Amino acid sequence: MIYLQLFFSFLQIGLFSFGGGYAALPLIQEQVVTLHKWLELSEFTNLVTISQMTPGPIAINAATFVGLQVGGIFGAIVATIGSVLPASIIVSALAYFYIKYKNVSWIQHVLSTLRPAVVAMIATAGISILTTALWGTSTVSLGTVRIDMIVIFAIAFIVLSKFKANPITVMLLCGVAKVILFYVTAL
Amino acid sequence: MENKAQLRKKLFLSTFYLSAFTFGGGYVIITLLKNKFVDQYHWIDEKEMLDLVAIAQSAPGVMAVNGAIVVGYKLDGLIGVLISILGTVLPPFIIITIVSYFYEAFQSNQFIALMLDGMQSGVAAVIAAVVLDMALGIVKEKSILNNIVMVIAFICAFVFKINVAWIVITCIIIGVARMFIFERRHDS
Repeated sequence: MIYLQLFFSFLQIGLFSFGGGYAALPLIQEQVVTLHKWLELSEFTNLVTISQMTPGPIAINAATFVGLQVGGIFGAIVATIGSVLPASIIVSALAYFYIKYKNVSWIQHVLSTLRPAVVAMIATAGISILTTALWGTSTVSLGTVRIDMIVIFAIAFIVLSKFKANPITVMLLCGVAKVILFYVTAL
Repeated sequence: MENKAQLRKKLFLSTFYLSAFTFGGGYVIITLLKNKFVDQYHWIDEKEMLDLVAIAQSAPGVMAVNGAIVVGYKLDGLIGVLISILGTVLPPFIIITIVSYFYEAFQSNQFIALMLDGMQSGVAAVIAAVVLDMALGIVKEKSILNNIVMVIAFICAFVFKINVAWIVITCIIIGVARMFIFERRHDS
C-alpha cells in the first residue's frame, strides 16, 4: 500500500526532525532515497535546489514532491498530512498547557528565562541568512563580499525599522532591486 | 476583537500569505507572524509571542508550521490550529506541484535566480529589524540575568553551534532554579 508507506515515512520525518530546516535533510534522505528508493540521489538534489528556490519548509516540500512522484496528487496529500501530523498534536498540547498554566509562578520564571534565549536563536538564524546573502557561495572574507547585496540589505533594514514598512513588500522589492542592478551594471 | 468568522478568515489569509513568501527557513515566518499578529492586529502581545516561539521550538517538526500552530491555537483553539496548518501548508504544496512540472525551465531562468538572490538580502533585513526590536525589549526589562542569558545563548548558538534543544533545556533549568531562589528570598 503505497499511500500508507508514504504516510508513515513522512510521519517519522515529522516526528523526529528537531531543529528545523536543513536538520531534517538527512532524515528525509534516509527515508526517501536509501530506504524506499522513491527518488534517485540526483532527484533528491533537485528537490533540495527547488526547496531553496521556493518558499516553504523543506519537509513539506519534500512530502509534496515525493508524494507526487510516487502516488500522484493523492500521494502528495497523504505525505504532507503525515509530515505535519505529529507536530500538530504535540504543539497543540504544549500550547494548551501554556495557556492554562502560564500564570503559575515557576512557569513564569522559566518563560522569562526562555524569552531572551529565543531572541538569541532568531538572531543566529538571521546571521546565517545574512551571510549567504552577502557572500553567496564564495568563502567569507572582506574581499569577496557582494557590495550590491550590502546596499540592498542596508536600505531594506532602514526602511523596515525606521518606517515600519511591510516586510513582504520590502522582500519583493529587494528581489526587483537585484534584477535591476544586475542589468544596469551589465550595460 | 472581531467576530469568529472574520477572525478565522483573517487567520487563514494571513498564514497563507506569510507562508507563500517565507523564503529562507522557519525563523523568517516567525518574524513575519510577529509583525502581523503582534504589531499589526494586536492579537498577541510580544512576550506571549516569544513564549509561543519557545513552545514551537521545543516540539519536533517544521518551525514554520509549529509557529503557525501555536498562533492558531492561541487565537481559536483546535479550529485555529487546523486553519493555520492549512494556510501554512497550502502555498508550498501548490508551488511545489507546479514547479515540479516546470523544473528545468525554472532552474535555468536567470531572472528568477536573480530575484531570489536579491530577496535573501530582504529576508535578512526583515529578521535583523525584528531581532533588534525584540532584543531592545529584553534590554528594557532591566533584568541582568535575562541579558546574560541572551548573550550566552547567542554565543552558544552562533559560535559553538550548540543544538537549540540544549539551549532550551538549560534555560528551563535556570528558570526553575531562579524560582527557588526567588521564593526563598520571599520567605526570609
